[in-house]
Amino acid sequence: MALAEPVEAAPPGPTASTDAAGLGRARAWLFVAPGLVLVAIFLVFPALWTIYLGTTNYELLGERKVSPEFVGLDNYTDTLADPEFHDSVVKTLLFVFGSALVGQMCLGFAIAWMLRTAGVWVRRTVETVVLMAWILPGSIVGFLWYAFLSEDDGTLNAILPVGDSAWLVEHPMWSIVIFNTWRGTAFSMLLFTAALATVPPSQLETARLSGAGGWQQLRDVVLPNIRGHILTNALLISLWTFNDFTPFLITGGEGSEILPIYIYKTALTGQQQLGLASAVSLIVLLINLVVALAYLAMLRRRRVR
Amino acid sequence: MAGIVLERLSKVFPGGVRAVDAIDLEIADGEFFALLGPSGCGKTTLLRTIAGLEAATSGTLRLGDRDVTRLPPGARDVAMVFQDYALFPHMTVLDNVAYPLKIKKTPKQERYARATETGESLSLGELLDRRPAQLSGGQQQRAALARAIAVHPQVFLFDEPLSNLDARLRLEARTFIKRLQRELAVTTVFVTHDQAEALAMSDRMAVMEAGQIRQVGTPREVFRRPASVFVANFIGSTPMNLLPATVADGAVRTGGVELPVPDEYAARLPSGLDVVYGIRPEYVRLDGATGTVTGEVSVVEHLGTAELVTVSTTAGEIRAVVPDVDEPAVGDTVGVTFSAGQALVYRAEDGALID
Amino acid sequence: MTPADVVRRIGFYTLLCLVFASFVLPMLWLVSVPFDAKPSLSVSVPDFTLGNFETLADNPSAYKSLLNSVIISAGSMVLVVSLAALGAYALSRVRIRGRDALLYALLLLSSIVTGTAAIVPLYILLDELQLLDSHTGVVLAMSGGLLPAALFILKDFMDTTPRSYEESARVFGASPLRILVDVVVPIARPGLATIAVWTVVQVWGNFLIPFIAYNDPDRFPAAVRMFTFYTEAGQPNLLLISAFSLAYAIPVIAMYLFVSARYGFRFHGGIKH
Repeated sequence: MALAEPVEAAPPGPTASTDAAGLGRARAWLFVAPGLVLVAIFLVFPALWTIYLGTTNYELLGERKVSPEFVGLDNYTDTLADPEFHDSVVKTLLFVFGSALVGQMCLGFAIAWMLRTAGVWVRRTVETVVLMAWILPGSIVGFLWYAFLSEDDGTLNAILPVGDSAWLVEHPMWSIVIFNTWRGTAFSMLLFTAALATVPPSQLETARLSGAGGWQQLRDVVLPNIRGHILTNALLISLWTFNDFTPFLITGGEGSEILPIYIYKTALTGQQQLGLASAVSLIVLLINLVVALAYLAMLRRRRVR
Repeated sequence: MAGIVLERLSKVFPGGVRAVDAIDLEIADGEFFALLGPSGCGKTTLLRTIAGLEAATSGTLRLGDRDVTRLPPGARDVAMVFQDYALFPHMTVLDNVAYPLKIKKTPKQERYARATETGESLSLGELLDRRPAQLSGGQQQRAALARAIAVHPQVFLFDEPLSNLDARLRLEARTFIKRLQRELAVTTVFVTHDQAEALAMSDRMAVMEAGQIRQVGTPREVFRRPASVFVANFIGSTPMNLLPATVADGAVRTGGVELPVPDEYAARLPSGLDVVYGIRPEYVRLDGATGTVTGEVSVVEHLGTAELVTVSTTAGEIRAVVPDVDEPAVGDTVGVTFSAGQALVYRAEDGALID
Repeated sequence: MTPADVVRRIGFYTLLCLVFASFVLPMLWLVSVPFDAKPSLSVSVPDFTLGNFETLADNPSAYKSLLNSVIISAGSMVLVVSLAALGAYALSRVRIRGRDALLYALLLLSSIVTGTAAIVPLYILLDELQLLDSHTGVVLAMSGGLLPAALFILKDFMDTTPRSYEESARVFGASPLRILVDVVVPIARPGLATIAVWTVVQVWGNFLIPFIAYNDPDRFPAAVRMFTFYTEAGQPNLLLISAFSLAYAIPVIAMYLFVSARYGFRFHGGIKH
């Protein structure tokens, strides 16, 4: 963001006062306070409250709403024994591994790699189209895929030579994995495009002069150089995919009960067991925490190097 | 119109860094005063403390007859021109120049009249409705100056005013600013790391190191009689010759050679004292084959109409400035003569001038 | 070029075409069916008409939901930009102890407390505050989630803005408030604009929070309304849905084009959720 002004002066040294407008500490706190209050009420408090709620049998309606009881760790033991929960965990792992780690990363990398040698217009067109899939609102892409995969009238069935299938009903997990790959590849593509640009051309040229072919250059020069990017990207998109609710918009949650949908169903459908759902939520939040911390640690290590 | 008086002024940063260390200084009303020194010496911090952007840790600061030590920056009646000019990019030149008057609540008509007048006096008349980005470097500087002038402050503070201009423009700007300051007769303090600039523009200057003032004086005084080895090293386009020597029998000797000193030193050199003999290359002559000491020419550097010749002698590496017609060749043996009257003797122990 | 090279090149471009096709296919519906008088779930050459948009205009639940989207997006934008601007400026300029730790903690928190894991207590909270089924509640909830990242980005931006403008104005006697209005805000405009656009895009497309927060269908924003259109009982009204989805999608596409034309697509390394 170039600001229109003459050569910037060096800032007055690390020990000079940075309070340029003379705000003062009191006013600074005043400025920061409203934002902090908002975040405290709508982000911090709910997160902490989850811990308490997970130990009650709070439900949305009826007696258990008015006077919920403390049930200790019952919610947790019930959950961990629940076969539906196990099923959900398996589905979630499949979803994250299949659509994020394999799908988005590989496809994103492949596209970034190929586009390096493509012409300007080809690159712009492909990038735009991939990007569109990412920036369109979730409800719209949800419907587009609902229509695309529709048994009666969907475009996929129309163009495939084999007989019409009810993709969403018969293969819900495949549907959401392919969908999410399509949806999120743009991020990996952009990230790898930037990462590939940091590979020193001189190293690639050295390899080429030594006789290394395309695959070998990839293996010996490119991948080692962007290893850090691969790791941080993997962590980040795994975190996002793990918490993604969008598949609900395509399958309505049937046959594809990944954890986000499992929590939703427990909390707001059927018996509407908010206490139980809070317990599961806490498990998910803790997993998120671990992944996020790993991500930050990776970032810091990359920056130091 | 106001003089500036600093009494034991200090600025200590959290962590103990004494950026300004108990400075005593008096700047006369209307004087053009330079703060000179290497980076990190505290000159910018001192300027910012005078402005009020840094709060002094201890000591007092007076502008005219007011004690402004605890006053906020806006109440001190000073105007500061920053190194990057800080012209607000979203305002026209005219609005920029009028801005300080707007803060002081000058009525609209009057402030635009004053701004226009000031702008025109600095040849910005045609450019008043342009944005800063559309101006050249020199024009931007004049606009920043106009903004400082229009508000008629008691003191001008300039932070490295010329460093953002390219070399050719810098020389023109030097003359321009000096003339301007003379006309306005407003007390001006400017910070620079360029000793030539300080020597050329200031009425008096202070050479700073590590938060303290090492010497205050007119350019001539500081150039002719640097008060310490540090100042001697810092001032002058060509580095002063600084030869380690010892006093023996009332004379300064090194490498088997007696170095000539002015008569006034006669009584003041205790025997056995380790000293540093200082003499500017401009006062060293290479006359023929004999002299105080002889040696071999090792380097010849071309300076334009003169040459900077380095001669290896038993007294050390001696530099002399020689007119280009007398240019010796590398490897020649020459005799080195010193103008005794220009020599300075410093105590080796603390670098201070012996006088 | 050897024959092997030619073959390789053809293979390369075929691959790219496949990639392109696979991404475009599901989206074709959006550009053709809204203009099709005989819409179907599959894509075909449209029987061109603009009549579907009239159907949209005649359907109050549809255009009202778009209006609701505008309301909550605009409301969140105002809240996030103003709170983030004030906070980021103060954090950038004034040394508050633990400032960096605070920012990282906030950012970490907003990355962790996301998705359905966050909604259970949020739902009860909104219920207790009697903010369920209200635009205010949704705006507050979403702003709270977006604020940490906005603060982080804006503070970073402010750090790289030279201080000499503010110091200059201060030496001339301007009060801090004056400096903010006259100097800081105009100069920070690009950063504020980026945050504003980002907030609008996030809120415009957000499904989950409005989905759980609203009961009254009249209050549904377009994200939720879209979902109900094709999942409610009976045959989905494709005349309506097609036009509606295009109308819902266009603002986001327009914003993307605007931002990428103005600033190039800025890759913040992981901010978009």
